Amino acid sequence: MEAKNKTKKKFNYWYILLIIPFITTLWPGLYAFDHPRLFGIPFFYWYQLAMVIITAIFTAIVYIKVKDTE
Amino acid sequence: MNWSALIVFVIFFVFVTVLGFYAARWRRGDLTQLDEWGLGGRKFGTLVTWFLLGGDLYTAYTFIAVPALMYGSGAMGFYAVPYTILIYPFIFVVMPRLWSVSRKHGYVTASDFVRGRFNSSSLALAVAITGILATMPYIALQLVGMQAVISAMGFGHSGLSGELPLIIAFVILAIYTYSSGLRAPASIAIVKDIMIYITIIVAMIVIPIKLGGLGHMFDAAKEALAAKNPPGSFILDSKSFFAYGSLALGSALALFLYPHSLTGVLSSNHRNTIRKNAAILPAYSLVLGFITLLGFMALAAGIKVQGNDAIPALFLKMLPDWFNGFAFAAIAIGALVPAAIMSIASANLFSRNIYREYINPNCTPEQESKIAKLISLIVKVGALVFILFFPKTYAINLQLLGGIWILQTFPAIIVGLYTNWFNKWALVIGWFVGMATGTWMAFSQNMASTYPLHIFGATIPGYAAIFAVIVNFIVTVILTFIFRAMGMENGGDQTTEEDYKTAS
Repeated sequence: MEAKNKTKKKFNYWYILLIIPFITTLWPGLYAFDHPRLFGIPFFYWYQLAMVIITAIFTAIVYIKVKDTE
Repeated sequence: MNWSALIVFVIFFVFVTVLGFYAARWRRGDLTQLDEWGLGGRKFGTLVTWFLLGGDLYTAYTFIAVPALMYGSGAMGFYAVPYTILIYPFIFVVMPRLWSVSRKHGYVTASDFVRGRFNSSSLALAVAITGILATMPYIALQLVGMQAVISAMGFGHSGLSGELPLIIAFVILAIYTYSSGLRAPASIAIVKDIMIYITIIVAMIVIPIKLGGLGHMFDAAKEALAAKNPPGSFILDSKSFFAYGSLALGSALALFLYPHSLTGVLSSNHRNTIRKNAAILPAYSLVLGFITLLGFMALAAGIKVQGNDAIPALFLKMLPDWFNGFAFAAIAIGALVPAAIMSIASANLFSRNIYREYINPNCTPEQESKIAKLISLIVKVGALVFILFFPKTYAINLQLLGGIWILQTFPAIIVGLYTNWFNKWALVIGWFVGMATGTWMAFSQNMASTYPLHIFGATIPGYAAIFAVIVNFIVTVILTFIFRAMGMENGGDQTTEEDYKTAS
């Protein structure tokens, strides 16, 4: 019963962070290059590995921001 | 025979076997209930769920086949990385809803949910059959992964000496899954994942140093790819952009429709456990990215073998034997964990959605759980027989089809979590058309996952599962409009909007 008051909540804008990885990874034209290299790793490979970490950080931020609101 | 590798291998294998049998005592529950046997009592916290899902999703076959793809064709194989990036934002949003509604209504499978949501046992049957069909070849492929490391220790690929270790490993697996249920793979996953992390950290430090540094390794791999016939691509070619993106997206959306992934989700103790895991599971994706690069290291090291043997061969060339025993044990145990969870998940589907629904509607919970245990045995024996008596390519092709098929349950399960607008018969027909389209696309390309779509005068190669699910959606939406106009209704939705949000 108590939960009923909370159902009319607004859309939480933090969720937009979770759309960014789809934009930055789904079109390889953005990152299919050899250079610049990082520690000898071509851009194509280190960019995607970096996106793993960035997406995890985004997800953690959204978790912290939304967990108390629902 | 590589004795020092074999001895270390056997020691670790025996250790996890003992652990598997003791697992039944862990947070002891009444294993005669399907909830307890098949979902570990829905009690797993953040850390156990992390190990369980990690062990479940990043399988032995992945560790062997993904770098083999890089080794064989280059940059295209790296789609596994964006694939595993996109899974987590997606499950963060979607899966807490499934967890809540399943908790509230006691659903054990996705098929249970669909039945309650759309009041349709036909749709539930379609979802159950798709799940079982997609999972079976996946279990068989775990054996392929295991076979690769067993033969690398000197047992050979075929004949009794190659098959016996496989049979022994699977018999052990079958018995402890039978007796301990989901608790067995959960406890073994912890050991296995730690072993995988150690293996990869060591390999990523030692092998590039031996190959003269990362930069040199990549350049050598580039040369080796160019020398191949047909040449592999070192950096993705623009013709493959859509195929790469659609493979990543299609695989990411499909992963959590597989019964074994859902079992991992539903066995967690809280919806926030799933969200926390969406933020910490990418640690495995990073490991997968490094494992994928092992394929390039094998190229740079001048390894010349069949694809799936590339990684074991690289290890044998670059690392000491005793360490290889440890690494190979990690991969072999990495086959047992997902194989156990997959067989439990298919068993749950069969006993709940086929046995209880169609064969014995008045069965007691004890009977239901007993049937599930029995089915988990049959499924594993089936996988073993399949690998021993049929060409390996059958299992590989079926698994490829399984990925296409499982995505066809997306409209019913995932969209179903948000709305019951779709007509149930429209969903059944859409599912059927999607299954047929995807299967035809794969066959027309001689069992390739990408299909060259001719549209508006252009040819776009893309993942067949994505094309098929678009057809599926179009059919479902059009038929829903038609059926609604005719006054057909779904009737009785068991769930209310509240059920998808409650925390306990």
